[in-house]
Amino acid sequence: MKTDRQLFEQYHQNLKREKRIIHVWQISIIIAFFLIWEAASRLYWVDPLLFSSPSRIFQSLLDRFAAGTMVPHLSVTLFETILGFLIGTIGGVIVATLLWSFTRFSKIMDPYLVVLNAMPKVALGPMIIVAFGPGYTSIIMMGVLVSVIITTLTVYSAYNEVDPNYLKVLKSFGATRWQCFKEAIFPATLPTMISTLKVNVGLSWVGVIVGEYLVSKEGLGYLIIYGFQVFDFTLVMSSLVIIALLAAMMYKVVEKIEAWLIKHTK
Amino acid sequence: MVNFLTLEHVTHHYFSKEGYTKAIDNISFSVDEGEFVSILGPSGCGKSTILSIIAGIIKNTQGNVYLEGKPIKDSKLAIGYMLQQDYLFPWKTIMNNILLGPKINRKNTDSYKKAALELLQEVGLQNVENQYPSSLSGGMRQRAALVRTLINDPKILLLDEPFSALDYQTKLKLEDLVGTILKTYNKTAILVTHDIGEAIAMSDRILLMNKGPGSLAKIFSVPKELREETPLEVRKHPQYQILFDEIWEELDKREETGKVGVI
Repeated sequence: MKTDRQLFEQYHQNLKREKRIIHVWQISIIIAFFLIWEAASRLYWVDPLLFSSPSRIFQSLLDRFAAGTMVPHLSVTLFETILGFLIGTIGGVIVATLLWSFTRFSKIMDPYLVVLNAMPKVALGPMIIVAFGPGYTSIIMMGVLVSVIITTLTVYSAYNEVDPNYLKVLKSFGATRWQCFKEAIFPATLPTMISTLKVNVGLSWVGVIVGEYLVSKEGLGYLIIYGFQVFDFTLVMSSLVIIALLAAMMYKVVEKIEAWLIKHTK
Repeated sequence: MVNFLTLEHVTHHYFSKEGYTKAIDNISFSVDEGEFVSILGPSGCGKSTILSIIAGIIKNTQGNVYLEGKPIKDSKLAIGYMLQQDYLFPWKTIMNNILLGPKINRKNTDSYKKAALELLQEVGLQNVENQYPSSLSGGMRQRAALVRTLINDPKILLLDEPFSALDYQTKLKLEDLVGTILKTYNKTAILVTHDIGEAIAMSDRILLMNKGPGSLAKIFSVPKELREETPLEVRKHPQYQILFDEIWEELDKREETGKVGVI
Protein backbone atom coordinates (compact mmCIF):
# COMPACT_ATOMS: atom_id res chain seq x y z
CA MET A 1 0.00 0.00 0.00
CA LYS A 2 1.24 3.44 -0.91
CA THR A 3 0.65 6.42 1.32
CA ASP A 4 -1.31 9.44 0.15
CA ARG A 5 1.91 11.35 -0.08
CA GLN A 6 3.49 8.73 -2.34
CA LEU A 7 0.46 8.65 -4.61
CA PHE A 8 0.65 12.40 -4.96
CA GLU A 9 4.40 12.22 -5.71
CA GLN A 10 3.71 9.62 -8.34
CA TYR A 11 1.03 11.79 -9.92
CA HIS A 12 3.42 14.71 -9.88
CA GLN A 13 6.18 12.65 -11.48
CA ASN A 14 3.87 11.53 -14.27
CA LEU A 15 2.84 15.09 -14.92
CA LYS A 16 6.46 16.18 -15.17
CA ARG A 17 7.36 13.32 -17.46
CA GLU A 18 4.47 14.10 -19.79
CA LYS A 19 5.61 17.72 -19.95
CA ARG A 20 9.16 16.65 -20.76
CA ILE A 21 8.00 14.40 -23.59
CA ILE A 22 6.00 17.28 -25.09
CA HIS A 23 9.01 19.60 -24.91
CA VAL A 24 11.32 17.05 -26.51
CA TRP A 25 8.90 16.62 -29.39
CA GLN A 26 8.49 20.34 -29.88
CA ILE A 27 12.22 20.94 -30.02
CA SER A 28 12.82 17.92 -32.25
CA ILE A 29 10.30 19.16 -34.80
CA ILE A 30 11.91 22.58 -35.14
CA ILE A 31 15.43 21.11 -35.35
CA ALA A 32 14.30 18.55 -37.92
CA PHE A 33 12.61 21.29 -39.93
CA PHE A 34 15.77 23.40 -40.11
CA LEU A 35 18.02 20.40 -40.76
CA ILE A 36 15.87 19.16 -43.64
CA TRP A 37 15.64 22.66 -45.05
CA GLU A 38 19.42 23.10 -44.84
CA ALA A 39 20.04 19.69 -46.42
CA ALA A 40 17.48 20.26 -49.16
CA SER A 41 19.09 23.56 -50.02
CA ARG A 42 22.69 22.28 -50.04
CA LEU A 43 21.88 19.14 -51.98
CA TYR A 44 19.84 21.15 -54.51
CA TRP A 45 16.58 19.32 -53.80
CA VAL A 46 15.10 22.82 -53.86
CA ASP A 47 16.51 25.88 -55.57
CA PRO A 48 18.71 27.61 -52.94
CA LEU A 49 18.25 30.90 -54.76
CA LEU A 50 14.52 30.80 -54.07
CA PHE A 51 14.33 28.98 -50.74
CA SER A 52 17.62 30.14 -49.21
CA SER A 53 18.80 28.08 -46.22
CA PRO A 54 18.81 28.44 -42.45
CA SER A 55 22.56 28.97 -42.34
CA ARG A 56 22.41 31.76 -44.94
CA ILE A 57 19.49 33.41 -43.18
CA PHE A 58 21.35 33.21 -39.88
CA GLN A 59 24.50 34.69 -41.46
CA SER A 60 22.49 37.42 -43.16
CA LEU A 61 20.76 38.32 -39.89
CA LEU A 62 24.09 38.48 -38.08
CA ASP A 63 25.57 40.73 -40.78
CA ARG A 64 22.58 43.05 -40.82
CA PHE A 65 22.40 43.38 -37.06
CA ALA A 66 26.19 43.96 -36.94
CA ALA A 67 25.97 46.60 -39.66
CA GLY A 68 23.00 48.18 -37.87
CA THR A 69 20.78 47.97 -40.94
CA MET A 70 18.17 45.71 -39.33
CA VAL A 71 17.29 47.57 -36.14
CA PRO A 72 15.80 50.69 -37.81
CA HIS A 73 13.44 48.57 -39.97
CA LEU A 74 12.54 46.40 -37.05
CA SER A 75 11.80 49.26 -34.69
CA VAL A 76 9.72 51.15 -37.26
CA THR A 77 7.50 48.14 -37.87
CA LEU A 78 7.24 47.34 -34.17
CA PHE A 79 6.29 50.94 -33.38
CA GLU A 80 3.62 50.99 -36.09
CA THR A 81 2.19 47.66 -34.99
CA ILE A 82 2.01 48.52 -31.31
CA LEU A 83 0.38 51.86 -32.07
CA GLY A 84 -2.06 50.31 -34.54
CA PHE A 85 -2.87 47.62 -32.00
CA LEU A 86 -3.47 50.09 -29.18
CA ILE A 87 -5.55 52.54 -31.21
CA GLY A 88 -7.55 49.71 -32.81
CA THR A 89 -8.34 48.04 -29.50
CA ILE A 90 -9.05 51.15 -27.45
CA GLY A 91 -10.94 52.74 -30.34
CA GLY A 92 -13.05 49.61 -30.74
CA VAL A 93 -13.94 49.58 -27.06
CA ILE A 94 -14.85 53.28 -27.18
CA VAL A 95 -17.08 52.85 -30.24
CA ALA A 96 -18.73 49.80 -28.65
CA THR A 97 -19.38 51.87 -25.52
CA LEU A 98 -20.97 54.64 -27.60
CA LEU A 99 -23.17 52.09 -29.37
CA TRP A 100 -24.25 50.70 -26.00
CA SER A 101 -24.92 54.17 -24.57
CA PHE A 102 -27.19 55.20 -27.41
CA THR A 103 -29.48 52.34 -28.41
CA ARG A 104 -30.90 54.22 -31.35
CA PHE A 105 -27.40 55.08 -32.61
CA SER A 106 -26.47 51.40 -32.54
CA LYS A 107 -29.57 50.46 -34.53
CA ILE A 108 -28.75 53.13 -37.10
CA MET A 109 -25.13 52.01 -37.37
CA ASP A 110 -25.91 48.30 -37.59
CA PRO A 111 -25.92 47.86 -41.41
CA TYR A 112 -22.78 49.97 -41.83
CA LEU A 113 -20.92 47.92 -39.26
CA VAL A 114 -21.99 44.69 -40.94
CA VAL A 115 -20.71 45.90 -44.31
CA LEU A 116 -17.46 47.22 -42.86
CA ASN A 117 -16.91 43.98 -41.01
CA ALA A 118 -17.56 41.82 -44.05
CA MET A 119 -15.28 43.97 -46.20
CA PRO A 120 -11.63 42.87 -46.50
CA LYS A 121 -10.04 45.89 -44.83
CA VAL A 122 -6.71 45.66 -46.65
CA ALA A 123 -8.61 46.33 -49.88
CA LEU A 124 -9.03 49.88 -48.56
CA GLY A 125 -5.24 50.28 -48.51
CA PRO A 126 -4.91 52.54 -51.59
CA MET A 127 -7.73 54.79 -50.32
CA ILE A 128 -6.02 55.13 -46.97
CA ILE A 129 -2.75 56.10 -48.59
CA VAL A 130 -4.55 58.72 -50.65
CA ALA A 131 -6.28 60.04 -47.55
CA PHE A 132 -3.40 59.99 -45.07
CA GLY A 133 -0.41 60.35 -47.34
CA PRO A 134 2.38 57.85 -47.98
CA GLY A 135 3.89 57.65 -44.50
CA TYR A 136 3.63 56.25 -41.01
CA THR A 137 0.09 57.51 -40.54
CA SER A 138 -1.27 55.42 -43.39
CA ILE A 139 0.46 52.30 -42.19
CA ILE A 140 -0.72 52.76 -38.61
CA MET A 141 -4.23 53.40 -39.95
CA MET A 142 -4.08 50.08 -41.78
CA GLY A 143 -3.16 48.40 -38.49
CA VAL A 144 -6.07 50.18 -36.80
CA LEU A 145 -8.57 49.45 -39.54
CA VAL A 146 -8.19 45.68 -39.57
CA SER A 147 -8.71 45.42 -35.81
CA VAL A 148 -11.11 48.22 -34.87
CA ILE A 149 -14.34 46.94 -36.46
CA ILE A 150 -14.08 43.41 -35.16
CA THR A 151 -13.21 44.74 -31.70
CA THR A 152 -16.26 47.00 -31.79
CA LEU A 153 -18.59 44.17 -32.75
CA THR A 154 -17.15 41.64 -30.30
CA VAL A 155 -17.14 44.01 -27.35
CA TYR A 156 -20.58 45.42 -28.16
CA SER A 157 -22.15 41.98 -28.31
CA ALA A 158 -20.40 41.10 -25.04
CA TYR A 159 -21.94 44.23 -23.46
CA ASN A 160 -25.37 43.00 -24.47
CA GLU A 161 -24.81 39.53 -23.09
CA VAL A 162 -24.20 40.65 -19.52
CA ASP A 163 -26.78 39.02 -17.23
CA PRO A 164 -29.61 41.60 -16.94
CA ASN A 165 -30.12 40.63 -13.30
CA TYR A 166 -26.92 42.46 -12.37
CA LEU A 167 -28.49 45.57 -13.87
CA LYS A 168 -31.70 44.82 -11.97
CA VAL A 169 -29.73 44.85 -8.71
CA LEU A 170 -28.12 48.16 -9.61
CA LYS A 171 -31.35 49.74 -10.78
CA SER A 172 -33.04 48.80 -7.52
CA PHE A 173 -30.37 51.00 -5.88
CA GLY A 174 -31.31 53.75 -8.32
CA ALA A 175 -28.23 53.47 -10.54
CA THR A 176 -27.98 55.59 -13.68
CA ARG A 177 -27.08 54.03 -17.04
CA TRP A 178 -23.48 55.22 -16.69
CA GLN A 179 -23.25 53.68 -13.21
CA CYS A 180 -24.63 50.42 -14.59
CA PHE A 181 -21.88 50.52 -17.20
CA LYS A 182 -19.14 51.25 -14.72
CA GLU A 183 -20.20 48.75 -12.06
CA ALA A 184 -21.50 45.84 -14.13
CA ILE A 185 -21.15 46.04 -17.90
CA PHE A 186 -17.49 47.01 -18.12
CA PRO A 187 -16.05 44.68 -15.47
CA ALA A 188 -18.22 41.80 -16.66
CA THR A 189 -16.92 42.12 -20.23
CA LEU A 190 -13.28 42.59 -19.31
CA PRO A 191 -12.45 38.94 -20.08
CA THR A 192 -13.90 39.39 -23.58
CA MET A 193 -11.87 42.56 -24.10
CA ILE A 194 -8.73 40.74 -23.04
CA SER A 195 -9.38 37.94 -25.49
CA THR A 196 -9.84 40.50 -28.27
CA LEU A 197 -6.39 41.83 -27.35
CA LYS A 198 -4.91 38.50 -28.39
CA VAL A 199 -6.77 38.45 -31.69
CA ASN A 200 -5.82 42.06 -32.37
CA VAL A 201 -2.10 41.39 -31.97
CA GLY A 202 -2.28 39.18 -35.05
CA LEU A 203 -4.59 41.51 -36.95
CA SER A 204 -2.44 44.59 -36.39
CA TRP A 205 0.55 42.74 -37.84
CA VAL A 206 -1.48 41.93 -40.94
CA GLY A 207 -2.51 45.57 -41.37
CA VAL A 208 0.95 46.99 -40.82
CA ILE A 209 2.79 44.55 -43.06
CA VAL A 210 0.30 45.04 -45.88
CA GLY A 211 0.57 48.79 -45.34
CA GLU A 212 4.34 48.58 -45.69
CA TYR A 213 4.02 46.45 -48.83
CA LEU A 214 2.03 49.25 -50.38
CA VAL A 215 3.81 52.39 -49.42
CA SER A 216 6.78 52.49 -47.13
CA LYS A 217 10.48 53.12 -47.51
CA GLU A 218 11.38 51.22 -44.35
CA GLY A 219 10.12 48.48 -42.08
CA LEU A 220 10.01 44.70 -42.26
CA GLY A 221 7.20 44.68 -44.80
CA TYR A 222 9.32 46.93 -46.99
CA LEU A 223 12.30 44.56 -46.63
CA ILE A 224 10.16 41.65 -47.78
CA ILE A 225 8.94 43.47 -50.86
CA TYR A 226 12.42 44.86 -51.57
CA GLY A 227 14.03 41.40 -51.20
CA PHE A 228 11.39 39.98 -53.51
CA GLN A 229 12.04 42.63 -56.15
CA VAL A 230 15.85 42.21 -56.14
CA PHE A 231 15.52 38.44 -55.87
CA ASP A 232 17.20 38.33 -52.45
CA PHE A 233 15.11 35.62 -50.83
CA THR A 234 17.49 35.31 -47.94
CA LEU A 235 16.41 38.84 -47.00
CA VAL A 236 12.73 37.91 -47.39
CA MET A 237 13.16 34.87 -45.15
CA SER A 238 15.20 36.82 -42.57
CA SER A 239 12.43 39.41 -42.32
CA LEU A 240 9.85 36.67 -41.91
CA VAL A 241 11.86 35.12 -39.09
CA ILE A 242 12.08 38.50 -37.34
CA ILE A 243 8.33 39.07 -37.79
CA ALA A 244 7.53 35.63 -36.39
CA LEU A 245 9.74 36.29 -33.36
CA LEU A 246 8.35 39.76 -32.72
CA ALA A 247 4.72 38.70 -33.16
CA ALA A 248 5.24 35.77 -30.80
CA MET A 249 6.88 38.07 -28.24
CA MET A 250 4.06 40.59 -28.48
CA TYR A 251 1.55 37.78 -28.05
CA LYS A 252 3.40 36.58 -24.95
CA VAL A 253 3.40 40.08 -23.49
CA VAL A 254 -0.35 40.37 -24.05
CA GLU A 255 -0.76 36.97 -22.40
CA LYS A 256 1.17 38.23 -19.38
CA ILE A 257 -1.01 41.36 -19.26
CA GLU A 258 -4.07 39.12 -19.48
CA ALA A 259 -2.91 36.98 -16.55
CA TRP A 260 -2.20 40.09 -14.52
CA LEU A 261 -5.55 41.68 -15.33
CA ILE A 262 -7.49 38.52 -14.52
CA LYS A 263 -5.70 38.23 -11.21
CA HIS A 264 -6.32 41.84 -10.25
CA THR A 265 -9.84 42.40 -11.49
CA LYS A 266 -11.48 39.12 -10.56
CA MET B 1 -54.38 56.85 7.30
CA VAL B 2 -52.77 56.34 3.93
CA ASN B 3 -51.72 52.80 3.15
CA PHE B 4 -47.98 52.22 2.91
CA LEU B 5 -48.16 50.62 -0.52
CA THR B 6 -51.19 50.64 -2.78
CA LEU B 7 -51.71 49.08 -6.20
CA GLU B 8 -54.77 50.32 -8.08
CA HIS B 9 -56.01 48.38 -11.09
CA VAL B 10 -52.47 47.62 -12.21
CA THR B 11 -52.18 45.94 -15.58
CA HIS B 12 -49.03 45.18 -17.48
CA HIS B 13 -48.44 44.06 -21.05
CA TYR B 14 -45.23 42.76 -22.54
CA PHE B 15 -45.01 43.87 -26.13
CA SER B 16 -43.05 42.21 -28.89
CA LYS B 17 -43.08 42.35 -32.67
CA GLU B 18 -45.33 39.32 -32.84
CA GLY B 19 -47.90 40.74 -30.46
CA TYR B 20 -48.36 41.19 -26.76
CA THR B 21 -48.92 39.18 -23.63
CA LYS B 22 -50.89 40.46 -20.72
CA ALA B 23 -48.71 39.53 -17.75
CA ILE B 24 -51.00 40.84 -15.04
CA ASP B 25 -54.54 42.08 -15.22
CA ASN B 26 -56.27 44.60 -12.99
CA ILE B 27 -54.43 43.92 -9.74
CA SER B 28 -55.40 45.95 -6.70
CA PHE B 29 -54.16 45.47 -3.16
CA SER B 30 -52.51 47.39 -0.41
CA VAL B 31 -49.87 46.64 2.17
CA ASP B 32 -49.51 48.22 5.61
CA GLU B 33 -46.23 49.35 7.05
CA GLY B 34 -44.41 46.49 8.74
CA GLU B 35 -46.61 43.90 7.11
CA PHE B 36 -45.24 40.78 5.40
CA VAL B 37 -47.27 39.80 2.35
CA SER B 38 -46.67 36.79 0.14
CA ILE B 39 -47.76 36.49 -3.45
CA LEU B 40 -48.34 32.84 -4.19
CA GLY B 41 -48.99 31.37 -7.60
CA PRO B 42 -47.76 29.09 -10.36
CA SER B 43 -44.85 29.98 -12.64
CA GLY B 44 -45.74 32.52 -15.26
CA CYS B 45 -48.57 34.16 -13.33
CA GLY B 46 -46.82 37.51 -13.31
CA LYS B 47 -45.62 37.46 -9.71
CA SER B 48 -42.18 38.79 -10.53
CA THR B 49 -43.67 41.42 -12.82
CA ILE B 50 -45.54 42.88 -9.85
CA LEU B 51 -42.26 43.18 -7.91
CA SER B 52 -40.45 44.79 -10.83
CA ILE B 53 -43.26 47.35 -11.08
CA ILE B 54 -43.10 48.16 -7.37
CA ALA B 55 -39.31 48.45 -7.62
CA GLY B 56 -39.76 50.90 -10.49
CA ILE B 57 -37.65 48.77 -12.82
CA ILE B 58 -40.51 48.40 -15.28
CA LYS B 59 -43.40 50.78 -15.77
CA ASN B 60 -46.88 49.26 -15.66
CA THR B 61 -48.92 49.92 -18.78
CA GLN B 62 -52.08 50.77 -16.84
CA GLY B 63 -53.12 51.58 -13.29
CA ASN B 64 -51.37 53.33 -10.42
CA VAL B 65 -48.89 52.35 -7.77
CA TYR B 66 -48.47 54.51 -4.67
CA LEU B 67 -45.84 54.32 -2.00
CA GLU B 68 -46.74 56.32 1.10
CA GLY B 69 -49.41 58.04 -0.95
CA LYS B 70 -47.02 59.18 -3.69
CA PRO B 71 -46.69 57.67 -7.18
CA ILE B 72 -43.66 55.33 -7.15
CA LYS B 73 -41.67 57.29 -9.67
CA ASP B 74 -41.73 60.29 -7.33
CA SER B 75 -40.99 58.25 -4.25
CA LYS B 76 -37.50 58.57 -2.87
CA LEU B 77 -37.93 55.65 -0.51
CA ALA B 78 -35.18 53.09 -0.60
CA ILE B 79 -36.37 49.75 -1.96
CA GLY B 80 -34.52 46.50 -1.32
CA TYR B 81 -34.70 43.83 -3.98
CA MET B 82 -33.60 40.23 -3.53
CA LEU B 83 -33.55 37.90 -6.50
CA GLN B 84 -33.66 34.12 -6.98
CA GLN B 85 -29.91 34.07 -7.04
CA ASP B 86 -27.65 36.28 -5.02
CA TYR B 87 -26.20 38.17 -8.01
CA LEU B 88 -23.21 39.24 -5.98
CA PHE B 89 -20.73 40.78 -8.39
CA PRO B 90 -18.01 38.14 -8.77
CA TRP B 91 -15.24 40.70 -9.34
CA LYS B 92 -15.98 42.57 -6.08
CA THR B 93 -15.16 41.46 -2.56
CA ILE B 94 -18.08 40.83 -0.22
CA MET B 95 -17.46 44.22 1.41
CA ASN B 96 -17.46 46.05 -1.90
CA ASN B 97 -20.58 44.20 -2.94
CA ILE B 98 -22.31 45.32 0.23
CA LEU B 99 -21.19 48.93 -0.20
CA LEU B 100 -22.58 49.03 -3.74
CA GLY B 101 -25.84 50.73 -2.74
CA PRO B 102 -24.18 53.58 -0.81
CA LYS B 103 -21.65 53.94 -3.64
CA ILE B 104 -24.38 54.23 -6.28
CA ASN B 105 -26.08 56.87 -4.18
CA ARG B 106 -22.79 58.75 -3.79
CA LYS B 107 -22.63 58.35 -0.05
CA ASN B 108 -19.44 58.15 1.93
CA THR B 109 -18.87 54.40 1.82
CA ASP B 110 -16.36 54.42 4.69
CA SER B 111 -19.07 55.39 7.12
CA TYR B 112 -21.05 52.30 6.12
CA LYS B 113 -18.22 49.85 6.77
CA LYS B 114 -18.95 49.44 10.46
CA ALA B 115 -22.66 48.89 9.84
CA ALA B 116 -21.77 46.37 7.14
CA LEU B 117 -19.60 44.37 9.52
CA GLU B 118 -22.33 44.43 12.17
CA LEU B 119 -24.94 43.24 9.70
CA LEU B 120 -22.63 40.50 8.46
CA GLN B 121 -22.21 39.39 12.05
CA GLU B 122 -25.97 39.44 12.50
CA VAL B 123 -26.56 37.12 9.54
CA GLY B 124 -23.82 34.83 10.83
CA LEU B 125 -21.03 35.68 8.43
CA GLN B 126 -17.63 36.39 9.91
CA ASN B 127 -14.30 37.19 8.29
CA VAL B 128 -15.73 37.06 4.79
CA GLU B 129 -15.60 40.77 3.97
CA ASN B 130 -12.37 40.50 2.00
CA GLN B 131 -13.28 37.31 0.20
CA TYR B 132 -14.76 37.01 -3.25
CA PRO B 133 -18.27 35.55 -3.68
CA SER B 134 -16.89 32.46 -5.44
CA SER B 135 -15.36 31.23 -2.20
CA LEU B 136 -18.71 31.28 -0.34
CA SER B 137 -21.46 28.66 -0.33
CA GLY B 138 -24.89 29.37 -1.82
CA GLY B 139 -26.49 30.04 1.55
CA MET B 140 -23.66 32.34 2.63
CA ARG B 141 -23.86 34.25 -0.63
CA GLN B 142 -27.59 34.78 -0.28
CA ARG B 143 -27.00 36.06 3.27
CA ALA B 144 -24.36 38.46 1.97
CA ALA B 145 -26.89 39.60 -0.64
CA LEU B 146 -29.36 40.20 2.20
CA VAL B 147 -26.80 42.44 3.91
CA ARG B 148 -26.22 44.28 0.63
CA THR B 149 -29.97 44.97 0.56
CA LEU B 150 -30.32 45.90 4.24
CA ILE B 151 -27.37 48.31 4.36
CA ASN B 152 -29.45 50.83 2.40
CA ASP B 153 -32.06 50.73 5.15
CA PRO B 154 -34.86 50.01 2.68
CA LYS B 155 -38.39 50.78 3.83
CA ILE B 156 -39.75 47.93 1.76
CA LEU B 157 -38.16 44.63 0.78
CA LEU B 158 -39.10 42.83 -2.39
CA LEU B 159 -38.16 39.17 -2.22
CA ASP B 160 -38.33 37.38 -5.55
CA GLU B 161 -38.10 33.70 -4.57
CA PRO B 162 -34.79 34.34 -2.83
CA PHE B 163 -34.75 30.90 -1.22
CA SER B 164 -35.70 28.80 -4.21
CA ALA B 165 -32.17 28.02 -5.38
CA LEU B 166 -30.99 26.76 -1.99
CA ASP B 167 -31.03 23.28 -0.51
CA TYR B 168 -33.92 22.59 1.85
CA GLN B 169 -32.05 22.94 5.15
CA THR B 170 -30.29 26.16 4.15
CA LYS B 171 -33.59 27.48 2.89
CA LEU B 172 -35.38 26.91 6.20
CA LYS B 173 -32.55 28.49 8.17
CA LEU B 174 -32.45 31.50 5.90
CA GLU B 175 -36.22 31.93 6.05
CA ASP B 176 -35.89 32.03 9.82
CA LEU B 177 -33.08 34.57 9.67
CA VAL B 178 -34.82 36.85 7.19
CA GLY B 179 -38.13 36.59 9.06
CA THR B 180 -36.52 37.49 12.37
CA ILE B 181 -34.50 40.38 10.97
CA LEU B 182 -37.47 41.89 9.15
CA LYS B 183 -39.61 41.63 12.26
CA THR B 184 -36.90 43.18 14.44
CA TYR B 185 -36.53 46.20 12.18
CA ASN B 186 -40.27 46.35 11.42
CA LYS B 187 -39.67 46.21 7.66
CA THR B 188 -42.44 45.89 5.13
CA ALA B 189 -41.86 42.99 2.80
CA ILE B 190 -43.41 41.34 -0.22
CA LEU B 191 -42.35 37.79 -0.96
CA VAL B 192 -43.00 36.11 -4.27
CA THR B 193 -43.02 32.32 -4.08
CA HIS B 194 -44.61 29.15 -5.42
CA ASP B 195 -44.00 27.35 -2.14
CA ILE B 196 -47.17 27.24 -0.05
CA GLY B 197 -45.29 26.30 3.13
CA GLU B 198 -42.87 29.19 2.74
CA ALA B 199 -45.72 31.63 2.23
CA ILE B 200 -47.52 30.47 5.38
CA ALA B 201 -44.36 30.34 7.46
CA MET B 202 -43.24 33.86 6.66
CA SER B 203 -46.19 36.09 6.02
CA ASP B 204 -49.11 37.90 7.60
CA ARG B 205 -51.22 37.70 4.47
CA ILE B 206 -51.09 35.54 1.37
CA LEU B 207 -52.31 36.73 -2.02
CA LEU B 208 -53.16 33.80 -4.25
CA MET B 209 -52.84 34.46 -7.96
CA ASN B 210 -54.47 33.05 -11.07
CA LYS B 211 -52.54 32.48 -14.21
CA GLY B 212 -52.95 33.78 -17.73
CA PRO B 213 -53.20 36.75 -17.31
CA GLY B 214 -52.14 37.01 -13.68
CA SER B 215 -54.91 38.25 -11.44
CA LEU B 216 -55.74 38.07 -7.76
CA ALA B 217 -57.74 34.96 -6.92
CA LYS B 218 -58.06 34.98 -3.17
CA ILE B 219 -56.52 36.54 -0.11
CA PHE B 220 -55.73 34.45 2.97
CA SER B 221 -55.00 35.92 6.37
CA VAL B 222 -52.47 33.98 8.37
CA PRO B 223 -53.84 33.35 11.90
CA LYS B 224 -52.31 35.40 14.69
CA GLU B 225 -50.85 32.33 16.42
CA LEU B 226 -48.74 31.60 13.37
CA ARG B 227 -47.69 35.18 12.73
CA GLU B 228 -46.04 35.41 16.11
CA GLU B 229 -43.84 32.36 15.56
CA THR B 230 -40.62 32.13 13.63
CA PRO B 231 -40.91 30.38 10.22
CA LEU B 232 -39.35 27.17 11.55
CA GLU B 233 -41.80 26.99 14.46
CA VAL B 234 -44.79 27.80 12.26
CA ARG B 235 -44.19 24.64 10.29
CA LYS B 236 -44.67 22.57 13.48
CA HIS B 237 -47.87 24.36 14.51
CA PRO B 238 -51.20 22.46 14.14
CA GLN B 239 -52.76 25.54 12.51
CA TYR B 240 -50.12 25.42 9.78
CA GLN B 241 -51.45 22.21 8.27
CA ILE B 242 -55.02 23.51 8.31
CA LEU B 243 -54.11 26.62 6.34
CA PHE B 244 -51.84 24.62 4.05
CA ASP B 245 -54.72 22.29 3.16
CA GLU B 246 -57.05 25.21 2.61
CA ILE B 247 -54.67 26.86 0.14
CA TRP B 248 -53.87 23.56 -1.50
CA GLU B 249 -57.57 22.90 -2.06
CA GLU B 250 -58.04 26.35 -3.51
CA LEU B 251 -55.14 25.84 -5.94
CA ASP B 252 -56.42 22.40 -6.86
CA LYS B 253 -59.90 23.76 -7.55
CA ARG B 254 -58.47 26.40 -9.85
CA GLU B 255 -56.41 23.87 -11.71
CA GLU B 256 -59.49 21.74 -12.35
CA THR B 257 -61.55 24.62 -13.61
CA GLY B 258 -58.66 25.50 -15.85
CA LYS B 259 -58.15 28.84 -14.22
CA VAL B 260 -54.60 27.97 -13.35
CA GLY B 261 -52.81 27.07 -16.52
CA VAL B 262 -50.48 24.14 -16.87
CA ILE B 263 -46.89 25.25 -16.96
